Formats: sequence, structure tokens, C-alpha cells
Amino acid sequence: MQQPLIKVRGLSKRFGAGCELCLSSTGPDRESNVCPHCGSVVACNDVSFDLYRNEALGIVGESGSGKSTLVRLLHFEWEAGGGTVELHRTAIVPALDEIFTDGADYSANLLGLSPFQKRQVRNALMGIVYQNPFLGLRMQVSSGGNIAERLLGAGWRNIGAMRKRSAELLERTEIPVERMDEPPMNFSGGMQQRVQIAKALSNNPLILFLDEVTTGLDLSVQARVLDLIRSIRSEFNLSLLVVSHDLGVINLLCQRTMVMKYGRVVEAGLTDQILQDPQHRYTQLLVASQL
Amino acid sequence: MISVNNLSKSFNLHILGEKRIEACRNVSFSVPLGGFLGLSGPSGAGKSTVLKCIYRTYLPSMGEVWYDSAGSGRVNLATLADREVIAIRTREMGYVSQFLKVIPRVSALEVVMEPILARNGVTRDEARQRAGALLERLRIPPHLFDAYPATFSGGEQQRVNIAHAVSWKPRLLLLDEPTASLDRDSIGIVLEILKELRREGTTMIGIFHDTELMEEVTDEVFPIC
Repeated sequence: MQQPLIKVRGLSKRFGAGCELCLSSTGPDRESNVCPHCGSVVACNDVSFDLYRNEALGIVGESGSGKSTLVRLLHFEWEAGGGTVELHRTAIVPALDEIFTDGADYSANLLGLSPFQKRQVRNALMGIVYQNPFLGLRMQVSSGGNIAERLLGAGWRNIGAMRKRSAELLERTEIPVERMDEPPMNFSGGMQQRVQIAKALSNNPLILFLDEVTTGLDLSVQARVLDLIRSIRSEFNLSLLVVSHDLGVINLLCQRTMVMKYGRVVEAGLTDQILQDPQHRYTQLLVASQL
Repeated sequence: MISVNNLSKSFNLHILGEKRIEACRNVSFSVPLGGFLGLSGPSGAGKSTVLKCIYRTYLPSMGEVWYDSAGSGRVNLATLADREVIAIRTREMGYVSQFLKVIPRVSALEVVMEPILARNGVTRDEARQRAGALLERLRIPPHLFDAYPATFSGGEQQRVNIAHAVSWKPRLLLLDEPTASLDRDSIGIVLEILKELRREGTTMIGIFHDTELMEEVTDEVFPIC
């Protein structure tokens, strides 16, 4: 059996001072993620999973369940409170051999790297697409410029080559190349999402985080974005972490799914099993509420 | 090749005041390599439940489902890790449901090509050819190949569904009323395709609404009550 590309164990994040009672006073059974004793928010607690090559893992849950927190911790945007993230050694990070001990299959805990090393890992391996394109794009900078900026971060220096790569990616994501010099500000919501996807793909990542990427788009636009994601997944051999509150999106893209509630994973399994034979009370409610 | 031992499945519906529904109880049977077992019983007896427990769309509550996998050896599908179930589904085990699960904006031809491309290691052209031939054989008119199955009639959708499930020649095929919404001619064609698959070695477990038809295609019928 293939080994996981990344192994995540016990990932946790708390906002606030925290106290000894936080963990026992929050969670799905307590129906809250706010500690009644100290007011801290347990955004995500003890989340463990494996992500394999070329698979799409879904994370569902309502807003506030901790699914976006999880992505931001993995993308090193926020500092985790605890846990480990280890990378399989086949994921080569140029100039970062030191994170792999000789002979070990997995890297040191990525969460313990220096900010510079984290940036290198992110630039070499990760891409992200946010629900809100304002988070992923500079709206006033040309679309081509947005992609070039990311390429610069990944070590590209030749302007002509960067421009060519930008044009290729925009073409792949169905943005008319003649509009590459226009800022995303001028584009529709669906186009902005596709520019974000082009940008996220520019460094040839192994892992792509998709955070509610189709939420708020109208149906035909949503279908087009989902089409694009389906085709790039196999074409680029990507591992996707798909965060959504929409069971339809998860069903379409993911073979395995985790369900989160109040910062905890309440259930994980095959997507069709989660949808047709949900075990946890919350998942049953979620499935029964679907249109 | 597959043996089901004391399989039981019940649903605990937490949101309906911990209501418990028993869907099947102590089901045991086995199917030899290349065999075709039919499951019979009144509506609601748990026939589909048994198939879904084998495919692991349902998590069995008790019992075992031993399967001699070509790739993974002898495994208990009831408790096998998710990733390994996916591997077996991808390489060996197919499932035909009563209804086509439509993916938006994917054409009928692509629906059938996809499993061939993903599994049989052939070129796009060859996959297209195979898929087209199969659809044509199932009497889907060629001008509909590029259309989206969501707009098709019930019978057409069911035939696309069958083409999708058999195109890649799975080693084990689970059939849940594959002929339910088909006319007599189409049923004949489907049965012919199933017979061909068997000759090529596919083992099958199936539910058929029509008992006469079930007697005709299966070697043995197991009653579930």
C-alpha cells in the first residue's frame, strides 16, 4: 500500500488565553467551541488524518466548525497550538533537504520549521484557493502579474518565461489570454476564482487547498469551476483538501470525507458512506437537511 | 470468492429520537469465482442493504464480508480501511445502482469513457471507441453521445448507467435492479452483455425485480426475508 503524502496528527488551535477546562467544556457534545470558563475559542482540536497522492479529501461542516482553521494551519498562515504535520520524502523540496533525517520516510514536524523554511515548503508544494478572491489575489494588479508574483516567490526570474507561464495557466483555466493584463477587479466572480486557481497551480504544487471555492457562485459558474478542478486534479496529479459546507461539491470531488463540528472531527469515511449511512448525530442532521 | 457471514445492518437514527431500524439480519451466503448469485425477497427485506454493505456504502453493524481480492488478497470488506476499499473499488469491484448518479456537464460518452481510461490503460481514442460501441449496443442513439444524461429519459439513463458499470469489466459486479426501468428489448441486450461478462470471468451478485428473469441469468437464488 502507498504511503501518505502528508500525515497530520493531533492538530489543534485555540484562540484566547485558554484554561484547563477548555477541552472538556467544548466540542460536539457540549454544542459549543467557546469555553464557558475562560471564553477561549477551541477552533480546532486533535485533528488527525492522512492525505495521499492524487486523492481528494473532503472536509464538511457548518461555518465555525473549524474547517477553514484547519486549512490555514496547514498552509502555515496561522500558528498551530499543537500537533504534527509530516511530509513524505518523495515530496522533494529544493534546498530543504535538512528537514529529512537520513533514511527516514517522513520529514521533521513542518509546524516546527522556521518561518523561512515554512515559506519554502509552501512555495514548493502548496497552492490555495480561497472562497473570497480578495484573500488570494491582488485585485488592482494585472492577472498575469498576480501569477508572476507567485512565480517570483518560487524562484523564477526570467520575465519572458514568467509571462509565458502565466498565459498558459490562464488559458488552461479558461481566462481569455488577451485579458491577462487586466486586474481581477474587472472580472466576474467565477473568473476571479479561475484566476486564483491559475495562480495556485503556477508553482506545480503537490497539494492544493480549496476553501469553499464555489460558495456564492451561481450554478452554471459553479459547474464550470468544478469541471476545471476535476480535470486539473488528474492532469496535475494533485492531492486536494476540499473544504465545503456543500455535500454536493464534496460528493462530486472527493472519495473520502471528514465531518467537523465545533472544532472536532466527528466522523470520517468513504464519501458515499458518509452520505448514505451517516453515523454521527450531526452528520445525520446535515445529510437530512440537504436539498 | 466472496462469502458473507452473519451480516446484520441496523441504522441508529439519532435525529429521530434514537430510533433503530433493522435492515437485514444474520445473512450468510457465498459465491464461487465466476458465479452469479441472485438475491430475492419482498420489498424492504434488505436486498439492497446487503449489496451496499458489500460495496461498503453502508457500514455493516455485525458480521463479515470476506472477499478474495486479486490485488489485496483475502480481505474483510466489513472492516477494511477506507483507502483499501477505494483501491478495490477502483481495480475490481463495480456497482450498478437503480439510478444514474449524474455528474453535471459530463456527456454520456465521457461518463462511459471515464472508468475505461482510469483503469484499463488504453488511449483516449480507444476508450472513446469502446464506450461508443457499448452505448450503441445499448441503443443510445449516437446523436445523444455528446449530450448530458441529466436530460435523458429514465430508461436511457439506466442504460448509460449500465454501460458505465460494465465498460471496464470489473472482477466483481454488484447489480441492484439494473433492468427496472427498461423495456423488453433493452432487457434482452443487458442480459446478453451480462452473460458475456460472465464468460470473461466476472463474478456477480444481483437483485432483479422480475423473478423469471433472475432464474434465467443467475446460477443460484438466495432468499432474504
